[in-house]
Amino acid sequence: MMDFSYARPADLAAAGAALAAGGMALGGGTGLLDLAKLGVARPVAVVDLTRLPGLDAIQVSETEARIGALVKMSRLAAHPAMRAALPAVGQALLASASPQIRNMATIGGNLLQRTRCAYFRDAAVGSCNRRNPGSGCAAVGGVTRGHALLGVSPHCIATHPGDLAVALVAFDAVVETWSPNGQRLLSVHDFFLLPGATPGQEFALAPGEIVTGLRIPLAPVARQARYVKLRDRASYEFAAASLAAGMSLGVDGRIADLRLALGGVATIPWRARSVEAALIGEHPTPAAIAAAAALAMREAEPQPDNRHKLALVPALIERTLTDMVGEPA
Amino acid sequence: MSTPRPLTLIVNGEPRALQVEPRTTLLDALRERLDLTGTKKGCDHGQCGACTLHVDGERVLACLTLAQQAEGRRITTIEGLAGPDGTLHAVQKAFLAEDAFQCGYCTPGQIMSAVACIREGHAGSAAEIREFMAGNLCRCGAYPHIVAAVQRAARALEQETLA
Repeated sequence: MMDFSYARPADLAAAGAALAAGGMALGGGTGLLDLAKLGVARPVAVVDLTRLPGLDAIQVSETEARIGALVKMSRLAAHPAMRAALPAVGQALLASASPQIRNMATIGGNLLQRTRCAYFRDAAVGSCNRRNPGSGCAAVGGVTRGHALLGVSPHCIATHPGDLAVALVAFDAVVETWSPNGQRLLSVHDFFLLPGATPGQEFALAPGEIVTGLRIPLAPVARQARYVKLRDRASYEFAAASLAAGMSLGVDGRIADLRLALGGVATIPWRARSVEAALIGEHPTPAAIAAAAALAMREAEPQPDNRHKLALVPALIERTLTDMVGEPA
Repeated sequence: MSTPRPLTLIVNGEPRALQVEPRTTLLDALRERLDLTGTKKGCDHGQCGACTLHVDGERVLACLTLAQQAEGRRITTIEGLAGPDGTLHAVQKAFLAEDAFQCGYCTPGQIMSAVACIREGHAGSAAEIREFMAGNLCRCGAYPHIVAAVQRAARALEQETLA
């Protein structure tokens, strides 16, 4: 691992200054230190944010959950009020990584995790627009079983690896940030950037801007939500495809609210709005669910090795919604 | 090279003073500087769990923790698990009783992970143990015996608590 300096700022102002000067933020270390050992991240100055005060609270009210950026994944997963208000969040977290990593990784760092694209993670591969802008994309034409089908560009097809972020996108979370200009609240939908022509810009953050927390609105649909993750192994694996799903039925038996977001198949956590729109106001009949689920991958641009996900994702949606109708939470 | 900084780590209840470069991981500090080689280096990338130890009582990976990050925290390694008189921890005894290893390289990490798994209340069934021990790989494939050892230790610790 390359040499770097280490600082442990005492407050946000000092942390922001160190980051604006080119430092790299250190949370639990599970992302940055892994990538630094690979030579993919090349920190000169590491700024340890983990002892900043006041960023490790979890507050759950009737209408909103507030989660500090330094809360560990394991602690949020186990939080009783969160589990009741938004079970999909705990399920997504427990389906992530391993118990050790969940004890280390922070919620802020989890949002900022990098892709698992093998070409991105191999510093010996010259062509990676995400790592080295303008160098090309070795994944296109390479081994693409794990690569994205949605939100891709000719410049990058790297899959967003997160689980928590999928649930956050389904339930319209808001990211809280701090910068010298003050606090900023931005929708999670605006936080993750599509690769487009600039895959190296992954998050809508300014230099020195620090993620300080999350706010998640607690709509009634959130209480019924679940997170389902399909993997090549039973545990400790990134998603082949995953789904955060929340559904509420009106007194007339029709779908009143529906939230669906996909992981493992897109360059950013992906809201399946076309499927939602086709089902809201409808009775959740098997035929209606199947027809709507088929819309999920209509915009997909598959690679030679990931075409199976064109069928996998609709099947995941159909099975999950069918289960939810059969066994309402 | 960045200048080594003085650092005190609290390892198995004892303060240990050392000088490390900022990039030194907790794993390398323990193994290379403090001669505590029980904590193993497997993948060195947070994938295998061989370096599992406890920081402030929680299981974490020493390979992805900077030594500096552990300053002031209570670190427990496999060397600190047995009693002062050498009496093995219930999980160590159970690994021996169930023959829960072959080559033994992953075993310190498995044991440290298992101690935490039981303490967290995640050893209720074989399926739960498999899920919550998923971060510890055993390339010899001793998994059935490891699950049996965790179950045995969980029972023993429960009886200790009741007694």
